[in-house]
Amino acid sequence: MTLLTVENLTVSRGGLAVLEGVSFSLASGHALVLRGPNGIGKTTLLRTLAGLQPPLAGRVSMPPEGIAYAAHADGLKATLSVCENLQFWAAIHATDGVETALARMNLRALEHRAAASLSAGQKRRLGLARLLVTGRPVWVLDEPTVSLDAASVALFAEAVRAHLAEGGAALMATHIDLGLTEAAMLDLAPFKARPPEAGGHRGAFDHDFDGAFL
Amino acid sequence: MRALLSRDLRLAIRAGGGFGLGLAFFLIVVTLVPFGVGPQGEVLARIASGILWLGALLACLLSLDRIFALDFEDGSLDLLATAPIPMEAVVTIKALAHWITTGLPLVLAAPLFAVLLHLPAPAYLWLEISLLLGTPALSVLGTFGAALTVGLKRGGLLLSLLVLPLYVPTLIFGAELVRRGAEGLATQVPLAMLAGITAATVALVPFASAAAIRVNLR
Repeated sequence: MTLLTVENLTVSRGGLAVLEGVSFSLASGHALVLRGPNGIGKTTLLRTLAGLQPPLAGRVSMPPEGIAYAAHADGLKATLSVCENLQFWAAIHATDGVETALARMNLRALEHRAAASLSAGQKRRLGLARLLVTGRPVWVLDEPTVSLDAASVALFAEAVRAHLAEGGAALMATHIDLGLTEAAMLDLAPFKARPPEAGGHRGAFDHDFDGAFL
Repeated sequence: MRALLSRDLRLAIRAGGGFGLGLAFFLIVVTLVPFGVGPQGEVLARIASGILWLGALLACLLSLDRIFALDFEDGSLDLLATAPIPMEAVVTIKALAHWITTGLPLVLAAPLFAVLLHLPAPAYLWLEISLLLGTPALSVLGTFGAALTVGLKRGGLLLSLLVLPLYVPTLIFGAELVRRGAEGLATQVPLAMLAGITAATVALVPFASAAAIRVNLR
């Protein structure tokens, strides 16, 4: 079953097209890894798919409320404990997977520690545990393995594999080999937006000056 | 949504949350006024309603930039935007949390501070009513300013400039209600206006704030 279909998508950052003509589809049980040099537009593409910004052109089709987004920032509150942070996101998404999520990301021992006292890698693990409590099928992950050690990367790969086995799907931008042999690769370099002179999308400032600010 | 409210209240009460800051600021403003204008009871009594309202307004302004900025910095706002609750509800809940941690303590403490300013006895009831009716509008209007400045570094000053003019109607009718109450005049008109402003603000502004946040998150 196809969970996410992207057709001829053009995404923009700051009113300028960065990627154009991106098309792919993601079926349940599959993972897709986005590759490309810094600044190619991986984060912009993922934010567009998460619905945080509108695409410049093209179509994205997916089930309503199907995407769980994890960005560079984990959305943790320093003064809340590990458990309280997760419980909050579970309540927002009306799910109850806090215990499972804690166990899967190996956070049991830290359950009552304030998030402020966690190391960078532990915070990241907590941020990824949040994905597990959203209960959403498509994970959209932006550099999920930043500041994780080898053991935690393996733990995370295991969590992704379990999610795929349960019929989910994952789309991630990462430079680290997760050891997910089943994951497909998509190199974004060929989709780099052309300048307007070469037939690419015109920037927002070129034809709709007022709209560029909205 | 209850989870969001309880989280915001918990964050406000815990270390570094800024709970009570507005109240302390209110107290300082009110105690400074007699130093400035002199301790004559009749002068203070005449300006008390205006000073109390102005103090409440400034105290409320003090904590506005925290409403969204902290959530923006740690990425929670992005995640809330992709969560199943609409942004309008997030804004409304955050305004409610701001009112509970800032407006409500001001309402409760105002009679105490009014003693310092020789507020005439009949005005106490009207002071309470006017603050109870008016301060929710201050919090909700504040979310609009906070939403507009959410992505800006050091947006606090700009936020004050944006929000203070919007507070003018609430200030006028709030202070007028207390003054009329103190002098024993008819209070229906300022009461109705104050309530109307708050009702309209609570009904409409969350939509504007949510739209501003969506634009700022792009």
